[in-house]
Amino acid sequence: MADVAIAAAKSLFIVLLVLQVMGLGVFFERKVSALIQDRIGANRAAILGFAGMGLVNTLVADPVKFLLKEDVVPAGSDRLLHFLAPILSVVPVLVTFAVVPFGDVLELGGRTINLQAASLNVGILYVLAFVSLGVYGVVLAGWASNNRWSLLGGIRGSAQMISYEIAMGLALIGVVMTYDTLDLQGMARAQGALIGGWLPAWGIFYQPIAFLIFMTAGIAESKRIPFDLPESESELVAGYFTEYSGPKHLLFMMSDFVEVVLVAALVTTFFFGGWQVPYLLRDGFHFPWGTTIALPSIAVAVLQVTAFALKLIFFTWLQIVIRWTLPRFRYDQLMRLGWQGLLPLSLANVVVTALVVVLVAGPTA
Amino acid sequence: MTPLAFLVLAVLTVVSAATVVVHKNPVHSACALVVTLFLLSIFFVGLDAELVAVLQVIVYAGAIVVLFLFVIMLLNLQRDVRATGGPGLVTAAAACGVALTVVIATALRRAGAPATPTVPPGFGETAAVARELFTTYLVPFELTSILLLVAIVGAVALAKRQA
Amino acid sequence: MPTPLGWYLGLSAVIFTIGVLGVLVRRNVIIIFMAIELMLNAVNLTFVALARSLGSLDGQVIVFFVMTVAAAEAAVGLAIILAMFRNRETTNADELATLKW
Repeated sequence: MADVAIAAAKSLFIVLLVLQVMGLGVFFERKVSALIQDRIGANRAAILGFAGMGLVNTLVADPVKFLLKEDVVPAGSDRLLHFLAPILSVVPVLVTFAVVPFGDVLELGGRTINLQAASLNVGILYVLAFVSLGVYGVVLAGWASNNRWSLLGGIRGSAQMISYEIAMGLALIGVVMTYDTLDLQGMARAQGALIGGWLPAWGIFYQPIAFLIFMTAGIAESKRIPFDLPESESELVAGYFTEYSGPKHLLFMMSDFVEVVLVAALVTTFFFGGWQVPYLLRDGFHFPWGTTIALPSIAVAVLQVTAFALKLIFFTWLQIVIRWTLPRFRYDQLMRLGWQGLLPLSLANVVVTALVVVLVAGPTA
Repeated sequence: MTPLAFLVLAVLTVVSAATVVVHKNPVHSACALVVTLFLLSIFFVGLDAELVAVLQVIVYAGAIVVLFLFVIMLLNLQRDVRATGGPGLVTAAAACGVALTVVIATALRRAGAPATPTVPPGFGETAAVARELFTTYLVPFELTSILLLVAIVGAVALAKRQA
Repeated sequence: MPTPLGWYLGLSAVIFTIGVLGVLVRRNVIIIFMAIELMLNAVNLTFVALARSLGSLDGQVIVFFVMTVAAAEAAVGLAIILAMFRNRETTNADELATLKW
């Protein structure tokens, strides 16, 4: 019984954390884009005179506007699929967060609670499985709109997603070989070691190419600029979700931003130590020059969760800056990059990593 | 897996499998197929086959059925006008279906398999299956890669527009 | 009490039969293809259930191969359907049954 309550609490925590960072991401989108374009951004909506630099506008006014708009279903469209497509877009991305670790352990009332909502043996593959289910939201949204431009956007979008899924998965093979486990919590824990006694053994030092491939493939997977031809605001109106208004449009926007947070979470976990704070072990800080600071386990857990949240916010911000800096790829350039660029590069990364692992660690049975 | 959970999931699986075969709109059939495959993957998890379950979602539900959907949308298939081959065929097929189920059920009950209540730890995990795959089944594994290459070349050659 | 093996095999038989009925009764070749995939998946369920019951991983490895072969077959089969559709403008098995004369 207590196990069920603990699992429920962990799931609730990670979902709420993700939704907060997503809200922050939406706000960053408005404000960072404004600053990059040398303007102020939306800041007119205010509650009792408090506009909060645009926070009230983005986090209160926008969602309320979306929820109160009329839900228009185009004539001749498939009503069931039109209803299901936004749900199929959001749910797989949210469910993926079950295996993302947000801390090491929490010692509470004699129990050691592993701070990961679901501790699966096949962690990475679970992530890849649900990311590949996210394709259905796109392709069904395009089909169910009874609009040939939406269908075009939907087919392009899903073709792009399945192409870059492959590069994502292959880039992760190098990471799996380095850490010898598929479980994300195991990978985050393995990054607590120190290279040469002082450098934290984060994934970026072991697998820099895999980081670049994974980041690119992740941005392509979430159809953000520079890979947003399926949506292409200036060309296809809104691509595969043109015919969606009101709450369904909000769900598509939400799936976009939750996927941004997912890519940020995965990049942190695989390449930047996840919840690791450098030199922080379970009983306190152990600096390489000898100083130790003892900390109670609850303080360690809070520090680790805060570090995870800060890293999430940083990588969300990074993806937003990339979005507002780079121009859009043409569709054939996009597919060429996926199949003829990232795929061979990730395969080469697998071969080189395998060679290094065998030469350094010795062949194991 | 508790019998109650099994029964609920089994009923859902049979209903969605029937929808695949019965529904007149091909896109709805494909969606029902996704649901069936996902429910089967839940059964695999209950049978201690975690790697196979996740691979089922990645390969079957996430790639093969997407391919089906692409083809359906490319060919712009609407509701089937003449879905079945006539009532005579349907009754004959239904009779064959019942006979087939009876035959399979009898054969399986006669064969009987020893039930191992416990399995070694790590059963069905990636490391264990991978070890089998790369030692005992290495030759079929390599042959499968050649098979996939042949399939890719064949599919591209068949589907290319003759310029 | 864990579910007995016989129940899994029974479910697998039912799904297999539904697949067979789909192949026999439906005329749209894509639905026939989907019914074939249903049959393959029913067999996968049998393999995994027996693997668990016998405590041997061979069943799961065979499922791995079945999935790969099914993927290859689906790709080639759909390419054939596309090529036929380009020539005959139909996906009805009755109309695709005869060669050109």
